Amino acid sequence: MEELSSGSESDYAATWVSWFLSTKGNEYFAEVDEDYILDRFNLTGLNGEVVQEYSRALDLITDSLDDEGLDEDVREAIESSARFLYGLIHARYIITMRGLAKMLEKFRKADFGRCPRVYCYQQALLPVGLSDIPYHKAVKLYCPRCEDIYSPKSNRHGSIDGAYFGTTFPHMLFMVYPQMIPSKGQSAGEGGRLGMGMGMGSGSGNLNYGPPADVGSASTATAAMKAEKYEPRMYGFRVHEEARLSRWRLAKRDGQIARLEALERETNPPNL
Amino acid sequence: MDAAQDFDEPFDSSSQASSTQTSTITWINWFTSLPGHDYFCEVLEDFIEDDFNLTGLQSMVPFWKEALEMVLDVEAEDDTAKIPDVTIVENSAELLYGLVHQRFILTKPGLAAMLEKYEQGHFGACPRVFCHATHVLPCGRADMPGVDTVKLYCPNCGDIYSPPSSKYTGIDGAFFGTTFSPLFFQTYSELLSAPFCPQTSTVSTPIPPASASGLDSRDPSPVPSMSARPGGETYTNPDPHGGQKSALGKVYAPRIYGFRVSERARSGPRMRWLRERPAAWEELDSVDHRGRWVGAGGVGVKEEEDVKGEKGRLFDDDDEVKEEDGAEEEEEEEEEGAKMEVAEPVKEERRIPSMPPMKVTKPKGSPGGRGKAGGSR
Ligand SMILES: [Zn+2]
Ligand SMILES: [Zn+2]
Repeated sequence: MEELSSGSESDYAATWVSWFLSTKGNEYFAEVDEDYILDRFNLTGLNGEVVQEYSRALDLITDSLDDEGLDEDVREAIESSARFLYGLIHARYIITMRGLAKMLEKFRKADFGRCPRVYCYQQALLPVGLSDIPYHKAVKLYCPRCEDIYSPKSNRHGSIDGAYFGTTFPHMLFMVYPQMIPSKGQSAGEGGRLGMGMGMGSGSGNLNYGPPADVGSASTATAAMKAEKYEPRMYGFRVHEEARLSRWRLAKRDGQIARLEALERETNPPNL
Repeated sequence: MDAAQDFDEPFDSSSQASSTQTSTITWINWFTSLPGHDYFCEVLEDFIEDDFNLTGLQSMVPFWKEALEMVLDVEAEDDTAKIPDVTIVENSAELLYGLVHQRFILTKPGLAAMLEKYEQGHFGACPRVFCHATHVLPCGRADMPGVDTVKLYCPNCGDIYSPPSSKYTGIDGAFFGTTFSPLFFQTYSELLSAPFCPQTSTVSTPIPPASASGLDSRDPSPVPSMSARPGGETYTNPDPHGGQKSALGKVYAPRIYGFRVSERARSGPRMRWLRERPAAWEELDSVDHRGRWVGAGGVGVKEEEDVKGEKGRLFDDDDEVKEEDGAEEEEEEEEEGAKMEVAEPVKEERRIPSMPPMKVTKPKGSPGGRGKAGGSR
């Protein structure tokens, strides 16, 4: 249990939750409100069959465990169950309005890292699960600019259970906060298109999670037009097969845009 | 004082002698072994010694002669006094080596040297989940130095990524150049994914987990995914110059409560086209040079089956997209091979009600629009 040893400096943390959040590797987790944990309704379906030592784990999370006289093995089992239980509660919490707001703050600080794709211009990422069932898939990172998923850089994050974040979370976030959907291309203010010596990737503290894409305009139908794409060249010429695939993809893109625009004309006829 | 220095001499030479192996190390050995320089291969000295290969570079590198001597470990002639600071020559040597490297890796021996590094995973793996740790190759977006840093090209998704570590942020992309990665994958087309991906069959053979730890696609030494489909029927690309490897074609589909988010939602998917590829090679011909669908008349509207779906629904019903999803689901199963490795208190019990009570999660009509879409039906 490396957490136990590495966590010693945070033994003074006021609560179990704040200790958990300050443990190295747990940077992706938000703080679940105690009120949320204490409301049994929110824990529906979580019980001793799902989580070993459920009651004592819950007590530990809420700092009400009487651990007098527990031997080390039991203690460790409870501790481990508590982390598991916290993860499961966390997955539910972060898709509530309060949870979404907390994760949005972390997103703004790029706590989940930035997209490695060059043409995403350091877009901040969000954690996502590929399964809602624990022990199936490790957590991945969703990029709202390219709408793809990436593996965390560090093993410490790469081994967190994806079910602690769930499949729904990032998509719920952008449904609730559509103004946070980033532009698909480079937004104004995101300097360093070709960033030699500009310290790209050094997360220099500026919060360029990207100004919201189409603030004000309710439509994202043509958002993809702004996306940039790598076009390999050999001795200055496009690569034949790559160019054909690229043309096919752009035609797919244009087809979607045409569909979405047609849909918009239907739902909001122009000169109303 | 002089005596003391003389006295020190033996110690110095003995400390050098004790590391006799290092004395045979050339500047090139040393340079390519520096932290962050592991993308470079060793340029053959013969190549550098051939003036023809250096054509046009002299004017780009200050202290050309001294830099060249340094790179080739030639003893400097007596006029070292002319150089104000040896670090200037070191910078020049680095620039010279990088520019020669850009040319060398376009030659047969250069491509072969980079192939060896590629296969050993020296350049790392694609961070994109559905590229399943496909090895990447360094590339530049410019051929002139000082413009852009090195990037990594993935031959499966065809995209470029920033290196994962800051130790590469000082490496100039021009030292690899724009031509290298396309030429490399044209030369070794068995390492390049085909531009199409049959969605039926072939996908069901499980991919063995890349390593014991399984989960981490950032593993620097994954099993090369070229062999990733053992027993699966291989298909060949009719274009002999094109990619011959079976494409890893899965595209991420966002879901809310298990339902795919519809493109009709304001926050719906807009970028699938970036990762999609046609099921058959011939389909690449269905787009003309102006980017229009051939024969179909319309602009690809017929492509998506969900056009005539009920309006205003935010979620696609899963049944609607079954066919398209088939391949995905299979691949998802395939990944089950790679299980979580976390401390697990209740390994056997997996039946967790996965979703919280709806009461707390139902979003209010999203501010600024689409409200009616959320609530209907
Ligand atoms: Zn991205
Ligand atoms: Zn890739």
